[in-house]
Amino acid sequence: MTEVVAQRSGDSARYDVRAALGRFWPAFTFIALAIVVPWLFFDWSKGRHSGFVISLVSQMGVMSIFALSFNMQMGQAGLLTFGHAVFLGLGGYATIHALNAVASGLFWLPVELMPLVGGISGLIFATIFGYMATRQTGTAYAMITLGFGELVSAAAVMFNGFFGGEGGVTANRMIKTSFLGLSYGPAIEVYYLILFWTVLSAGVMLLLTQVPLGRMANACRDNSERAQFVGYDPRRVRFYQCAISGFFAGIAGALYAINYEIVTYDAVSAVLSANVLLMTFIGGIGVFWGPILGAVLITLLQSWMSLLSGAWVIYVAVLFVVMVIYAPGGIAGLIMAHLPIWRSGRLATLAVPYLRIVMPSVTGIIGFAGLVELTYSASIGKGQGRALTLFYHVIDTSSLLPWFVTAVLFALGIALAASQRVQFLESWAAVAEETRVKEPCR
Amino acid sequence: MELLLVTLLNALVYGMLLFMLASGLTLIFSMMGVLNFAHASVYMIGAYVAYQISRTVGFWPALVIAPIACGVVGAAVEIYGLRKAHRNGHISELLLTVGLALLIEKGVQMIWGLAPVPYRVPAALDFTLFSMYGTNFPAYRGFMLLISLFMFLAIWLLLTRTRIGLIIQASLTHSDMVSALGHNVPRVYTTVFAGGSALAGLAGVIGGNYLVTEPAMAFTMGPIVFVVVVFGGLGSLLGCLIASIVMGLVQSFAVVFDVSPADLLTYLGVAVTPMTPFAEVLSVPLPRVSALLPYLLLVLILIFKPRGLMGTRDT
Amino acid sequence: MNVVPAIVLRDVHKSFGATKIIDGVGLRISRGERHGLIGPNGAGKTTLFNMISGRLSVSRGEIELNGRLIQNRAPHEINRMGLCRSFQITSLFHRLSVFENVRCALLWSLGYRYSIAHLLSRQRKLNTASQILLERLGLWDRREIRAGLLSYAEQRALEIGITVAGGADVILLDEPTAGMNRNEADRAVSLIRQLTEGKTLLVVEHDMNVVFSLADNVSVLVYGRIIASDVPERVRVNPVVREAYLGTKGA
Repeated sequence: MTEVVAQRSGDSARYDVRAALGRFWPAFTFIALAIVVPWLFFDWSKGRHSGFVISLVSQMGVMSIFALSFNMQMGQAGLLTFGHAVFLGLGGYATIHALNAVASGLFWLPVELMPLVGGISGLIFATIFGYMATRQTGTAYAMITLGFGELVSAAAVMFNGFFGGEGGVTANRMIKTSFLGLSYGPAIEVYYLILFWTVLSAGVMLLLTQVPLGRMANACRDNSERAQFVGYDPRRVRFYQCAISGFFAGIAGALYAINYEIVTYDAVSAVLSANVLLMTFIGGIGVFWGPILGAVLITLLQSWMSLLSGAWVIYVAVLFVVMVIYAPGGIAGLIMAHLPIWRSGRLATLAVPYLRIVMPSVTGIIGFAGLVELTYSASIGKGQGRALTLFYHVIDTSSLLPWFVTAVLFALGIALAASQRVQFLESWAAVAEETRVKEPCR
Repeated sequence: MELLLVTLLNALVYGMLLFMLASGLTLIFSMMGVLNFAHASVYMIGAYVAYQISRTVGFWPALVIAPIACGVVGAAVEIYGLRKAHRNGHISELLLTVGLALLIEKGVQMIWGLAPVPYRVPAALDFTLFSMYGTNFPAYRGFMLLISLFMFLAIWLLLTRTRIGLIIQASLTHSDMVSALGHNVPRVYTTVFAGGSALAGLAGVIGGNYLVTEPAMAFTMGPIVFVVVVFGGLGSLLGCLIASIVMGLVQSFAVVFDVSPADLLTYLGVAVTPMTPFAEVLSVPLPRVSALLPYLLLVLILIFKPRGLMGTRDT
Repeated sequence: MNVVPAIVLRDVHKSFGATKIIDGVGLRISRGERHGLIGPNGAGKTTLFNMISGRLSVSRGEIELNGRLIQNRAPHEINRMGLCRSFQITSLFHRLSVFENVRCALLWSLGYRYSIAHLLSRQRKLNTASQILLERLGLWDRREIRAGLLSYAEQRALEIGITVAGGADVILLDEPTAGMNRNEADRAVSLIRQLTEGKTLLVVEHDMNVVFSLADNVSVLVYGRIIASDVPERVRVNPVVREAYLGTKGA
């Protein structure tokens, strides 16, 4: 028996490439898609890229790195932090100053390596901060990060030296120091730089989940007392994990700086910290690629939904609350839970139970959305002089009918869905038992 | 001298308002281990509801209705939200309250707009109670003090003289034992959560027109209350009271003295020029620092003395 | 030849506020000895364990491990000095697989520290050692399953496995057969015997059969004091012990 393992380890080199291709084909597909996406929206008549699309996917890239670094603390080490934007922002500020320094000839550094400036800054600040903050864990740690985040945020507005005060710091990214001879003037070039660093960072962060520190971070998350009794100091584990997560957040900050050519107090704000929390949680904290999914989804939602409705933030907040209660594994967690069932071909048996709970839920959601939109239109919309339209039909928010209809849809939908819940859970449990779900470990 | 006395009175008023908020939070945190991020949001709901009611029916009904409404909201959150999130651990509960705080803030923004609403002191109380050294002490502040002291007395009596109060006191530090003794701990939790929310709502009613009623008030007040709770220590209402008063004193006095460390250094004979290292940091005036003080204290206390003043449980 | 004893407790006291739990305990356990600790509920056995393993501080007194003072030290320090414990309520890494649990338990002893430079899947010695231990525990077939999903008996076996994995030479077991039926308890005892061969063992137990079959010496803790410490046969018939356990009726 022992020989099996030994042999497998010895032959690992031969198996690796084929095994890697087998396991990582979704990742490779995704990367290929990311490379191709700007060209799918290329305006062939004008010979131009869509500025909107490039801006969108660039933001997705930056947020993906940011969310993955956040999850190094949250999902892997069990450390909830409300101040993660600090490391992104400080990395961004450092990079923007570096850009200016290179432009004025102080030293030479190719643009391609600029993210390392952000990374190292993030690492330094996370080390200083982490050394003190990781004395605590859980709620106390979250509170420390909250306080710290607000302090840095306030400092960024008040002080002009490093932070440039309220106006922030600007730079020109066309500093003529590229390995590849690119100017990084056009947004498409910046996008491919971001994509490169996203793939690189994601790859390294994935590897970091497969090393002793990463595994012990998981262990300390699960049971910090037991971790002590296998010889590890949980505080040190948390500290190192926090420092490394700051490194990658700094890389995201550097790309942020290069992309927007300005860094203000927004980059260290509590709003950004809250955003990455929402993204990562909704995407899924228990699966490695969950944060990437969340970053892509929420960025998409932000751009697309804000065009449809001014109240889109409410929908995201409600989604978050509902997921905390009913789906704490996030969307990725839900997908992974269905994977064994799909693989064993039993997914079809869940079709009817799903239908029975999804239909009333959708009705309820429509009702809820209606109520939100009506409220929004009645207060803010009225102030802006915009009327609420549904399929080109103007809705009078002062009449009782639309309120009544939406309220009924909402109440009925939720009530029906709640009544279906027990039955649905039973069907699920039955199918799960049949496929002998062996949950993947994280 | 006059300034000292006036500031002292103001500090007392503000401190008691803080205590009204912090006491509920301390009870909830000590008993259930959940730091209710949405506590200050309930304070905000209390203020806005009182604003709406006082615009139609009047201030005095609002004083009764708003806290009750907030208590109901609190109970609903506990039963339908927290109990379910409890299955998944403390972090899940914390995240739920964070999500609710965000949701409430956005909801309030949506319904009432981004700007502060004109929630005013009721005309009946809008007079000067007395004058001291040329400064007027408004009757409304006296009213606030009265309500807070009354609340404090009521809580103290409830906790020490009633059966439910004793159970709550015990659950503060030994909830497992209380449960083992056969008490319906979930019901106690719901009661405390609803009660704490009602208190927060009441604080909103009387504080909303004294301070300001705007969507950002929850996130401004929140950290200050957290500092008080942590500073005062878990499981100790007396510590909470002391911390509230201290916080009131610090914030009230800091606003009064419009000096900066640089000014102090200059007074001591050390010249501070733009060339001095950390010149920017040193020239920040005290009132600006006072806004940041809660966060600074939060960080320092949690790092160095997480048990606070009189705490009996670790965070 | 003066051999340093494995564990020494010298006049150890522990109070929680005004309540005194441990009232002057002295104990001496030699290298390789198997020592049982018994006593009525609430006597303070777990408190004593917690003090030896660093979970609790000592109000007064000294605790030595292999000749070095360990009272009031951090648990991970004590663990690195050669002591490991199991818990009464199973304490595993519930979201990690069985294999990962064992592998984590081996990491420090194999010198990996806080490394980020070693890919776990490529560590031959580590993975082989994990496999060997899992096979001895009878859990190799269950290695991919999350620890939290195992049956109770399997979890207890894993608990013992993690406790001995790091190679500590002083093992503390806190009620290892709690909640087990006769068969399971017998299997657990034989597993314990196998895995702790040559090591010093201190076991807290309520199951008398387990204690008397495993232990060379037994100490009886009542109301925070050791009232007897001797070979099992003599403790069994000790009248003071009988009274403490069974009241004045006698066995």
